[in-house]
Amino acid sequence: MSSQQTLSSSLYTARVGGIDWLAIANRLMHSGGYTAIGILSLLAAWWLGGWLIENNPDTSSFADFAPAPAFSRLVELTLNGAVWTAIVPSLERIGLGLFWAAVLGVPIGVAIGLYASLREVTHVPFQFLRMISPLAWMPIAVLAFATWDGAIIFLITVAAIWPILFSTAQGVRRIDPLWFKVAKNLGADGFQMLRKIILPAIGQDIFAGIRLAVGVAWIVLVPAEYLGVTSGLGYAINDARDTLEYDTLAAMVVVIGVIGFFLDAICVKLIQRFSWHQQG
Amino acid sequence: MTANVSIDYINHTYKGQVEPTLVDIAANIEPGEKLALIGRSGCGKSTLLHMLAGLLIPTEGCVRINGHQVIKPSAKWNMMFQKPSLYPWMNVRQNAQLGLDLAGIKDDGKVDELLELVGLSDKSEASVQSLSGGQQQRVALARSLATTPELLLLDEPFSALDAFTRSALQDEVARITHQQKLTMVMVTHDIEEAVAMADRVLIMSANPGRIVGEMKVELPYPRERASQQFSKTREDLMKQFDSLVGNASQAESEPESEKKSDREAA
Repeated sequence: MSSQQTLSSSLYTARVGGIDWLAIANRLMHSGGYTAIGILSLLAAWWLGGWLIENNPDTSSFADFAPAPAFSRLVELTLNGAVWTAIVPSLERIGLGLFWAAVLGVPIGVAIGLYASLREVTHVPFQFLRMISPLAWMPIAVLAFATWDGAIIFLITVAAIWPILFSTAQGVRRIDPLWFKVAKNLGADGFQMLRKIILPAIGQDIFAGIRLAVGVAWIVLVPAEYLGVTSGLGYAINDARDTLEYDTLAAMVVVIGVIGFFLDAICVKLIQRFSWHQQG
Repeated sequence: MTANVSIDYINHTYKGQVEPTLVDIAANIEPGEKLALIGRSGCGKSTLLHMLAGLLIPTEGCVRINGHQVIKPSAKWNMMFQKPSLYPWMNVRQNAQLGLDLAGIKDDGKVDELLELVGLSDKSEASVQSLSGGQQQRVALARSLATTPELLLLDEPFSALDAFTRSALQDEVARITHQQKLTMVMVTHDIEEAVAMADRVLIMSANPGRIVGEMKVELPYPRERASQQFSKTREDLMKQFDSLVGNASQAESEPESEKKSDREAA
């Protein structure tokens, strides 16, 4: 038994000159090594795809999709400012859409979290509306809003409201009933209960909802910007397709992915900031 | 100012139930008096305490504090629960200060004084989640005392703690309430706790809940648990409890979460 243990433990350590190289390597891999492997794999798959397209006579006119032309185009677009003129309007629309989704979703979520009757009343309508693709509202949005921008922000709001609303309601329902009783006992009125107890208790749930909402909204944004507008990332992609600039198209796809990644990272930070669960 | 509490012929039946939970409850609690309510689970002692706190309104009769009918909760008559129920997003000081914040009263060193009193002045900035059960209950005590209540209500507040912490906290609360001449009403299923902390004990029976007996505890503070008088008083109370409602060793508490009074009040 003991010899087996020695054998197995010697398999997992690689001590040379008193230094455990394996442990060091393991630590290095976890502090970025594995992430790098993931990024490189994605780039390799992209490169391979580009190579296949280029070497197939039927598709070789799309060869600019490949990483090399896309990245050189991206540098060019960044330097001449074209990327920023696409990003800024898109971020404005996303920001406004999320703003309205939170302004509507959090109070409604708190209300249906607190009142069982309201929860029952809204259950069927909300589940019904939630299942409709936000893009299905497009014709109605176009009719209802005077500007294209208004229609796009509406579509983002419709996409983003549900995760925020349901996550908020779940958070409220998980609040310890004794927390209400103690605050009531100390003389809290309704507004104080909301500000001092409910909102701090569910901060992390609200931001978890916003994180999901950002994901959905960012996905809806691009097709929504195929609508009449002449700015934004969706427009830039559509425009690049029409003008056969596939390197620009691929560059914009990279931009969309990178920004999406950072928006998500911001949300994760916010969730941690508002989480009161003990760390570690 | 400390509270005079009068319980005026309360009858109570919970919504949707036929059998009354409390019948003909009447008592007067003198300013500065410490009263313990003991009884088996289901005798309505916790229900009665919730009525004193204004968290529950009796179907008949009323509670008066200094002559005023209790119709809603107030920081002037403050309740401590079995669970400390601290807010984890606030540190120790913020939790203790909550009642003052809600009332819009500026803290002029009172919270520090209280944290000192409960032995937690070095933890005032600590996360409440890093504290032990006994320390958490001490923060809850400081929170209850910060609003300078006239009446302190205790709903089996030490029953979730280990025996050593429990008796230490019992003595501490007895000392503090005695010093501040605070009126106190506590619900307990622990005869020793009643003897350690109360001036008078009311014994309640179940189905329906009514007051069936009374005993004075005439021991000086601080109470010496090792003294003969203490043991004698405890024995007397145990005997009286047994003769009135049956074997004292069966007087268990209900889990907090299943208490009807809790559900109703929440």
